[in-house]
Amino acid sequence: MDLKLELTVNGKKRRIETDRRRTLLELLREDLKLTGTKYGCGEGECGACTVLVDGKPVRSCLTPVSLIKKKAVQTIEGLASGAELHPVQRAFLNAGAMQCGYCVPGMIMATVGFLAESPQPTQEKAVEALNGHICRCCGYVNILDALQRVTRKPEEVNPR
Amino acid sequence: MTEELFRDEFTEPERYELHEAPSYRFELERREFVQILGAGILISMVGNVVVAQQARRRGGGGTIAERLHIGADGVITVMTSKVEVGQGSRTQLTMAAAEELRVPVGQIRLVMADSSLVPNDGGTAGSRTTPSTVPRVRRACAAARELLLETAGKQWSVAPASLSVTDGKILRRSGDQVFSYADLVAESVKKGLEREIQSGIAVSAVAEWKVLGTPVPKVGGAAIVTGAHRYPSDIVRPGMLYGKVLRPPSYGATLSSIDLGPARSMAGVTAVRDGEFVGCAAPTSAKAVEALEAASASARWETPAHPSSEGLYAHLKEHARSGSSSSRRRRRGARNRGSLDEGLAASKKVLRATYVVAYVQHAPMEPRTAVAEWNGEGLTVWTGTQQPPRVRSDLARVFRVPEEKVRVIVPDTGGGFGGKHSAEAAVEAARLSRAARRPVSLTWTREEEFTWAYFRPAGVIELAGGLAGDGSVTAWEHINYNSGSSAISTPYAIPNTRTQFKYCESPLRQGSYRALASTANVFARESFMDELAAVAGADPLEFRLRQLEAARLRAVLEGAARRFDWARRKKERRKDPEGSKVRGIGLACGTEKGSFAAACVEIEVDRKSGRFKVVEVCEAYECGAIQNPKNLKAQVDGCIIQGLGAALKEEIHFKDGRIVNPSFSTYEVPRLKEVPKIETVLLDRPDLPSLGAGETPIIAVAPAIGNALFAATGVRIRSMPLRNEAFRAV
Repeated sequence: MDLKLELTVNGKKRRIETDRRRTLLELLREDLKLTGTKYGCGEGECGACTVLVDGKPVRSCLTPVSLIKKKAVQTIEGLASGAELHPVQRAFLNAGAMQCGYCVPGMIMATVGFLAESPQPTQEKAVEALNGHICRCCGYVNILDALQRVTRKPEEVNPR
Repeated sequence: MTEELFRDEFTEPERYELHEAPSYRFELERREFVQILGAGILISMVGNVVVAQQARRRGGGGTIAERLHIGADGVITVMTSKVEVGQGSRTQLTMAAAEELRVPVGQIRLVMADSSLVPNDGGTAGSRTTPSTVPRVRRACAAARELLLETAGKQWSVAPASLSVTDGKILRRSGDQVFSYADLVAESVKKGLEREIQSGIAVSAVAEWKVLGTPVPKVGGAAIVTGAHRYPSDIVRPGMLYGKVLRPPSYGATLSSIDLGPARSMAGVTAVRDGEFVGCAAPTSAKAVEALEAASASARWETPAHPSSEGLYAHLKEHARSGSSSSRRRRRGARNRGSLDEGLAASKKVLRATYVVAYVQHAPMEPRTAVAEWNGEGLTVWTGTQQPPRVRSDLARVFRVPEEKVRVIVPDTGGGFGGKHSAEAAVEAARLSRAARRPVSLTWTREEEFTWAYFRPAGVIELAGGLAGDGSVTAWEHINYNSGSSAISTPYAIPNTRTQFKYCESPLRQGSYRALASTANVFARESFMDELAAVAGADPLEFRLRQLEAARLRAVLEGAARRFDWARRKKERRKDPEGSKVRGIGLACGTEKGSFAAACVEIEVDRKSGRFKVVEVCEAYECGAIQNPKNLKAQVDGCIIQGLGAALKEEIHFKDGRIVNPSFSTYEVPRLKEVPKIETVLLDRPDLPSLGAGETPIIAVAPAIGNALFAATGVRIRSMPLRNEAFRAV
């Protein structure tokens, strides 16, 4: 327990005391019980652990807790506004872009982060941005459809 | 570290409320059972349900009450031992129930794979849910519907045939009276739910389907996009610890000695050695890893030699067991025809070829995982598995407790593909939980999943084919070493055939995989058919159709060829201005688990670099009456793309008892950018029984690509994955 830090998670201030060798993923899942962010590989190859740190997509499985001091972390649980889904969540839902769904939270967070940076992207750029995410059910066809939906109407997507 | 007692705020509407009182006892009394299911009364005798179901032969009708529970609020809970691993069983069984009960899909709550609550539908594999469990659920729901009509009829003194159910209600024509399912739980009539379901009970005809046959979206989708759904690796229990297991340095290694002292001296750590099992549980997974590392520093291992993937295929042939196959496999349709030797002798031209397929891994996104909790005298385990009955009996056996004391719950899981039939994580978590006297969550790392799970069998396939003077195939031999006998028989009308499957000593642990050995056998067969066609100077499509009598297989082959415009594309040969890029087309077809698939593929090869990419896959697929066209398309698309992986890049390498590429950086799986143009032709056959579609669409992909590669380059690659020194996928 050699590290004390303050950070914000989904808008809520948190004070954490933990081992500095731990990762942000472990902190989220084990300490805060925010299990929406997933473990897929532990080496940053699959994207299932993606969260936003200060608005930018980050592989939480590779992020030491020491790096998130004073930062604002947003996870999948913090995306919807109460009962209202974020447009990216809606796009994945309406496109049926999920089979087992395990890769979906990471993909959604990455898409949100990407759109914040590139508000009017081409489909090609969106695909490039998401290529680091693995869907082993290989449900990519519907995922591509979901991306089409958000790139087609970017003005509907409000980056937060 | 923050300390907060976990509260399950994200209860899915489809799942029951799981009460976590400290005095929770495993042997549920009726009252506790009712609490679990919410409002409404479960009619059947809870204490006897589990025992009775085990005593009952699988396939027996059962009672209505064993299959569904009716709530006073009108919500109907339907129960099944099937699991959801992404293939769409939850949505499908929900639809099936909604159809027969005549209620909206949203009024159905499906409880899956909780061994204390559900009837015995077996495990989830072999594409069996659609042909076997869906009918059972439909019959039970039809029986409930009939009971509703009967009971209303009695109450109103009218003939049941004059009444109908809409939206779960019967309206009395004469006035304002309504009878609904909730009325069936009234004391005076509830006995009706205990009646046996007749096996001959009528279910809705396809032409009358209102729910089945429609593209109902995935049930539970909202919980997935919000992160609310708790996968098995997300389950949290009060006081839960995190567990890690010490793995041997290589296959076959045994532990001579280890000192757990350094691990045990760490605060909050429980360290266990039980024979070859060494594990640690701790308040965080990082601490458990640290404890394990402290212990493993002193570990001494005996490490025997182990084969390597270099020389694998020779090894399989050398270690084939003699006399293993013919009598056992004959039952599976590997019937021989005519006389192979005479057929070959009479052939104008005989070809022989050997095909090989590598070990591949399912690599589901959620690795093996379990949460185990001992309470009172019983064990509860949440785990991701396709075979909960097997996990349950393994746990009972390993811990020497009666099965009635073991409860296995399978939350909707992050992928299976045939790779989660075994109970490792459940047993490991339970062992640690027993020692720590706390619930333990244990999730395998990706490296553990790649190394210590199991693989799709590697195989060697030897083929011989004889061509008659008229260019038809007159003799056919197909010998499969190790990978299996699924689809080992040829569907073509060849007069003289011999097929054989030989068990071998496999160096790696192997088991089920999507479509089993039909991926290997269809790859070899359809590639070799093209080899014969080339020698005969025939078009691959005509060559097949000439000797293909099975109408349903012809239909998908012709369907794919038509959509793909095979004839026109054959005439074109596209080149870029410099001429280094060449395109080729290929096709393949096959049948497995009763459904039919055919694919036409176009690839583009850069002759200078030898790199090729798949430009288009056009697949036609038929599985009887389509129950959910949206999910069917998703399964076909998923099979196609997953099939690209095994066709182009996936291969397990091993050396000195270790997997060489146990990670996503070194074991390449299909990615978003690699998705080609995909056309699907879903042939609906409302006149035929519905069949499972989670596996078969994968079988036509690899051979169609191999055939396209040959058409483009003249090079025949006889391996999966399709690559050699000269050619490989981009």
